[in-house]
Amino acid sequence: MRLDCPICGSRDRREFYYQGDAVMLARPAVDAGEAAWDGYVHLRDNPAGQTRDLWQHEAGCGAWLVVTRDTVTHAVFSVQLASDVKGTTA
Amino acid sequence: MAELKARTPCGDMLPVTHGAAQLVELDLGIVTSVMVTGDEDALSDALEAAHGVAFPKPNRASGKGGIRCVWFGRNQALLIGAAPDASLAAHGALVDLSDGWCAVRLSGGASEDVLARLVPVDLRAGHFKRGHTVRTLVGHMTASITRTGGEDFMILVFRSMASTLVHEVSEAMLSVASRES
Repeated sequence: MRLDCPICGSRDRREFYYQGDAVMLARPAVDAGEAAWDGYVHLRDNPAGQTRDLWQHEAGCGAWLVVTRDTVTHAVFSVQLASDVKGTTA
Repeated sequence: MAELKARTPCGDMLPVTHGAAQLVELDLGIVTSVMVTGDEDALSDALEAAHGVAFPKPNRASGKGGIRCVWFGRNQALLIGAAPDASLAAHGALVDLSDGWCAVRLSGGASEDVLARLVPVDLRAGHFKRGHTVRTLVGHMTASITRTGGEDFMILVFRSMASTLVHEVSEAMLSVASRES
Protein backbone atom coordinates (compact mmCIF):
# COMPACT_ATOMS: atom_id res chain seq x y z
CA MET A 1 0.00 0.00 0.00
CA ARG A 2 1.28 3.45 -0.90
CA LEU A 3 -0.01 6.87 0.15
CA ASP A 4 0.44 10.10 -1.80
CA CYS A 5 1.63 12.57 0.79
CA PRO A 6 0.62 16.07 -0.42
CA ILE A 7 4.06 17.32 0.65
CA CYS A 8 6.50 14.45 0.01
CA GLY A 9 4.86 12.54 -2.85
CA SER A 10 4.11 8.83 -3.15
CA ARG A 11 5.54 6.90 -0.22
CA ASP A 12 5.48 3.41 1.21
CA ARG A 13 2.96 2.64 3.93
CA ARG A 14 5.67 1.89 6.50
CA GLU A 15 6.57 5.60 6.68
CA PHE A 16 3.08 6.36 8.05
CA TYR A 17 1.48 6.01 11.47
CA TYR A 18 -2.22 5.12 11.60
CA GLN A 19 -4.19 7.01 14.23
CA GLY A 20 -7.82 6.05 13.57
CA ASP A 21 -11.11 7.48 12.40
CA ALA A 22 -10.93 11.11 11.26
CA VAL A 23 -13.74 11.85 13.74
CA MET A 24 -11.04 13.56 15.82
CA LEU A 25 -11.34 16.56 13.50
CA ALA A 26 -14.97 17.12 14.56
CA ARG A 27 -14.72 17.67 18.30
CA PRO A 28 -18.13 18.49 19.83
CA ALA A 29 -18.67 21.72 21.74
CA VAL A 30 -18.05 21.54 25.48
CA ASP A 31 -21.80 21.79 26.18
CA ALA A 32 -22.88 19.44 23.36
CA GLY A 33 -24.22 16.94 25.84
CA GLU A 34 -23.49 13.40 26.91
CA ALA A 35 -24.69 11.66 23.73
CA ALA A 36 -22.46 13.73 21.45
CA TRP A 37 -19.41 13.23 23.65
CA ASP A 38 -20.13 9.52 24.10
CA GLY A 39 -20.19 9.14 20.34
CA TYR A 40 -17.06 11.22 19.84
CA VAL A 41 -15.02 9.35 22.41
CA HIS A 42 -16.28 5.77 22.11
CA LEU A 43 -18.42 5.00 19.08
CA ARG A 44 -16.76 4.09 15.79
CA ASP A 45 -18.12 2.60 12.60
CA ASN A 46 -16.34 -0.42 11.22
CA PRO A 47 -17.23 -0.10 7.54
CA ALA A 48 -16.62 -2.67 4.83
CA GLY A 49 -16.03 -0.02 2.23
CA GLN A 50 -15.09 3.62 2.26
CA THR A 51 -13.46 4.92 5.43
CA ARG A 52 -11.85 8.19 6.42
CA ASP A 53 -8.85 7.97 8.72
CA LEU A 54 -6.15 10.12 10.25
CA TRP A 55 -2.58 9.13 9.39
CA GLN A 56 0.67 10.83 10.19
CA HIS A 57 3.65 10.88 7.85
CA GLU A 58 5.78 9.99 10.82
CA ALA A 59 9.01 9.08 9.02
CA GLY A 60 8.65 11.84 6.45
CA CYS A 61 7.47 15.42 6.69
CA GLY A 62 5.55 14.84 9.92
CA ALA A 63 2.23 16.16 8.57
CA TRP A 64 -1.12 14.77 9.73
CA LEU A 65 -3.21 13.50 6.83
CA VAL A 66 -6.83 12.62 6.20
CA VAL A 67 -6.87 9.49 4.04
CA THR A 68 -10.04 8.30 2.35
CA ARG A 69 -9.72 4.65 1.37
CA ASP A 70 -11.65 1.46 0.84
CA THR A 71 -11.19 -1.29 3.41
CA VAL A 72 -12.40 -3.94 0.95
CA THR A 73 -10.45 -3.10 -2.22
CA HIS A 74 -7.60 -1.20 -0.49
CA ALA A 75 -8.04 1.60 -3.02
CA VAL A 76 -6.91 5.02 -1.78
CA PHE A 77 -9.29 7.75 -2.97
CA SER A 78 -7.70 10.85 -1.52
CA VAL A 79 -5.00 12.11 0.82
CA GLN A 80 -5.34 15.63 2.23
CA LEU A 81 -3.50 17.64 4.85
CA ALA A 82 -5.52 17.51 8.06
CA SER A 83 -4.89 21.25 8.51
CA ASP A 84 -6.57 21.93 5.14
CA VAL A 85 -9.55 19.72 6.00
CA LYS A 86 -9.89 21.33 9.40
CA GLY A 87 -9.60 24.77 7.81
CA THR A 88 -12.54 24.14 5.47
CA THR A 89 -14.86 22.54 8.05
CA ALA A 90 -14.12 24.76 11.04
CA MET B 1 36.89 22.77 35.51
CA ALA B 2 37.32 19.30 34.08
CA GLU B 3 38.79 19.13 30.58
CA LEU B 4 36.24 17.09 28.59
CA LYS B 5 37.18 15.30 25.42
CA ALA B 6 34.74 15.76 22.53
CA ARG B 7 33.66 12.49 20.90
CA THR B 8 31.94 12.30 17.55
CA PRO B 9 28.74 10.18 17.35
CA CYS B 10 30.39 7.41 15.30
CA GLY B 11 33.77 7.59 17.07
CA ASP B 12 36.16 4.92 15.84
CA MET B 13 33.41 2.87 14.12
CA LEU B 14 34.10 4.82 10.92
CA PRO B 15 35.47 4.95 8.26
CA VAL B 16 34.35 1.63 6.76
CA THR B 17 34.93 0.35 3.22
CA HIS B 18 33.34 -2.76 1.74
CA GLY B 19 33.52 -3.40 -2.00
CA ALA B 20 32.64 -0.30 -4.00
CA ALA B 21 31.12 1.66 -1.10
CA GLN B 22 32.66 3.81 1.59
CA LEU B 23 31.07 5.15 4.74
CA VAL B 24 32.72 8.07 6.53
CA GLU B 25 31.58 10.38 9.29
CA LEU B 26 30.94 14.05 8.51
CA ASP B 27 31.57 17.00 10.78
CA LEU B 28 28.77 19.42 9.88
CA GLY B 29 29.78 22.13 12.33
CA ILE B 30 26.86 24.24 13.46
CA VAL B 31 23.46 22.75 12.59
CA THR B 32 20.31 24.78 13.17
CA SER B 33 16.67 23.83 12.73
CA VAL B 34 14.82 26.64 10.97
CA MET B 35 11.04 26.37 11.33
CA VAL B 36 8.73 28.72 9.43
CA THR B 37 6.57 30.64 11.87
CA GLY B 38 5.51 33.50 9.60
CA ASP B 39 5.86 34.09 5.90
CA GLU B 40 8.02 31.48 4.14
CA ASP B 41 9.02 33.88 1.34
CA ALA B 42 10.21 36.47 3.86
CA LEU B 43 12.22 33.80 5.68
CA SER B 44 13.70 32.64 2.39
CA ASP B 45 14.70 36.21 1.49
CA ALA B 46 16.32 36.68 4.91
CA LEU B 47 18.21 33.39 4.52
CA GLU B 48 19.38 34.39 1.07
CA ALA B 49 20.54 37.81 2.26
CA ALA B 50 22.37 36.47 5.32
CA HIS B 51 23.72 33.12 4.12
CA GLY B 52 23.25 33.03 0.32
CA VAL B 53 20.86 30.05 0.40
CA ALA B 54 17.11 30.07 -0.14
CA PHE B 55 14.62 28.20 2.06
CA PRO B 56 14.33 24.89 0.19
CA LYS B 57 11.16 23.50 -1.36
CA PRO B 58 10.02 20.08 -0.05
CA ASN B 59 12.46 17.28 -1.00
CA ARG B 60 15.16 19.76 -2.05
CA ALA B 61 18.41 21.06 -0.61
CA SER B 62 20.16 24.29 -1.50
CA GLY B 63 23.82 25.02 -0.91
CA LYS B 64 26.46 27.62 -1.56
CA GLY B 65 30.05 28.05 -0.39
CA GLY B 66 29.99 25.39 2.32
CA ILE B 67 26.63 26.50 3.69
CA ARG B 68 23.74 24.15 3.10
CA CYS B 69 20.02 24.44 3.69
CA VAL B 70 18.30 21.05 3.65
CA TRP B 71 14.53 20.54 3.71
CA PHE B 72 13.79 18.64 6.91
CA GLY B 73 10.03 18.31 7.24
CA ARG B 74 6.88 20.32 6.96
CA ASN B 75 7.84 24.04 7.15
CA GLN B 76 11.24 23.02 8.44
CA ALA B 77 14.81 23.08 7.14
CA LEU B 78 18.29 22.54 8.52
CA LEU B 79 20.84 25.30 8.13
CA ILE B 80 24.23 23.59 8.07
CA GLY B 81 27.66 25.14 8.29
CA ALA B 82 26.99 28.60 9.71
CA ALA B 83 25.64 30.13 12.87
CA PRO B 84 22.19 31.53 12.03
CA ASP B 85 22.03 35.27 11.47
CA ALA B 86 19.94 37.14 14.02
CA SER B 87 17.72 38.49 11.22
CA LEU B 88 16.20 35.01 10.72
CA ALA B 89 14.59 35.02 14.14
CA ALA B 90 11.92 37.47 12.95
CA HIS B 91 10.53 34.91 10.47
CA GLY B 92 11.24 31.53 12.01
CA ALA B 93 12.03 29.52 15.12
CA LEU B 94 15.73 28.72 15.38
CA VAL B 95 16.91 25.75 17.41
CA ASP B 96 20.53 24.69 17.69
CA LEU B 97 20.81 20.98 16.86
CA SER B 98 24.61 20.80 16.58
CA ASP B 99 25.90 17.44 17.84
CA GLY B 100 22.30 16.21 18.16
CA TRP B 101 22.41 14.48 14.81
CA CYS B 102 24.86 11.96 13.45
CA ALA B 103 26.02 12.71 9.89
CA VAL B 104 27.71 10.25 7.55
CA ARG B 105 28.59 10.16 3.87
CA LEU B 106 27.99 7.03 1.84
CA SER B 107 29.90 7.10 -1.44
CA GLY B 108 31.16 4.88 -4.23
CA GLY B 109 29.66 3.06 -7.19
CA ALA B 110 27.64 0.72 -4.95
CA SER B 111 26.07 3.43 -2.79
CA GLU B 112 22.68 3.34 -4.57
CA ASP B 113 22.53 -0.46 -4.26
CA VAL B 114 23.39 -0.26 -0.57
CA LEU B 115 20.63 2.27 0.13
CA ALA B 116 18.14 0.28 -1.94
CA ARG B 117 18.45 -2.46 0.69
CA LEU B 118 17.52 -0.14 3.55
CA VAL B 119 15.37 2.74 2.28
CA PRO B 120 11.75 2.54 1.01
CA VAL B 121 12.28 5.39 -1.49
CA ASP B 122 13.73 5.20 -5.01
CA LEU B 123 17.11 6.94 -4.70
CA ARG B 124 18.48 6.05 -8.16
CA ALA B 125 20.12 8.88 -10.08
CA GLY B 126 17.42 9.11 -12.74
CA HIS B 127 14.88 10.02 -10.10
CA PHE B 128 16.90 11.35 -7.16
CA LYS B 129 19.44 13.89 -8.37
CA ARG B 130 22.09 16.05 -6.75
CA GLY B 131 20.36 18.56 -4.48
CA HIS B 132 17.41 16.25 -3.85
CA THR B 133 16.66 15.19 -0.28
CA VAL B 134 14.12 12.99 1.52
CA ARG B 135 12.92 12.41 5.03
CA THR B 136 12.43 8.67 5.17
CA LEU B 137 13.53 5.50 6.93
CA VAL B 138 16.85 3.68 7.06
CA GLY B 139 15.74 0.31 8.32
CA HIS B 140 13.58 1.33 11.27
CA MET B 141 15.27 4.69 11.89
CA THR B 142 13.86 7.99 10.71
CA ALA B 143 16.54 9.69 8.64
CA SER B 144 17.32 12.52 6.26
CA ILE B 145 19.07 11.49 3.05
CA THR B 146 20.51 14.03 0.58
CA ARG B 147 22.38 13.36 -2.64
CA THR B 148 25.46 15.59 -2.40
CA GLY B 149 27.23 14.31 -5.52
CA GLY B 150 27.09 11.79 -8.37
CA GLU B 151 27.55 8.80 -6.05
CA ASP B 152 27.57 10.58 -2.70
CA PHE B 153 24.80 10.62 -0.12
CA MET B 154 24.66 12.46 3.18
CA ILE B 155 22.65 10.54 5.77
CA LEU B 156 21.50 12.07 9.05
CA VAL B 157 20.00 10.16 11.99
CA PHE B 158 19.58 10.96 15.68
CA ARG B 159 22.92 10.87 17.46
CA SER B 160 21.66 8.08 19.71
CA MET B 161 21.14 5.94 16.59
CA ALA B 162 24.73 6.32 15.32
CA SER B 163 25.92 2.79 16.08
CA THR B 164 22.70 1.28 14.69
CA LEU B 165 23.16 3.29 11.50
CA VAL B 166 26.79 2.21 11.08
CA HIS B 167 25.79 -1.41 11.72
CA GLU B 168 22.84 -1.42 9.30
CA VAL B 169 24.70 0.34 6.49
CA SER B 170 27.83 -1.77 6.97
CA GLU B 171 25.79 -4.97 6.75
CA ALA B 172 24.14 -3.74 3.56
CA MET B 173 27.56 -2.76 2.14
CA LEU B 174 28.86 -6.25 2.92
CA SER B 175 25.95 -8.02 1.29
CA VAL B 176 26.15 -5.84 -1.84
CA ALA B 177 29.94 -6.45 -1.99
CA SER B 178 29.50 -10.22 -1.62
CA ARG B 179 27.16 -10.29 -4.62
CA GLU B 180 29.68 -8.40 -6.76
CA SER B 181 32.59 -10.73 -6.08
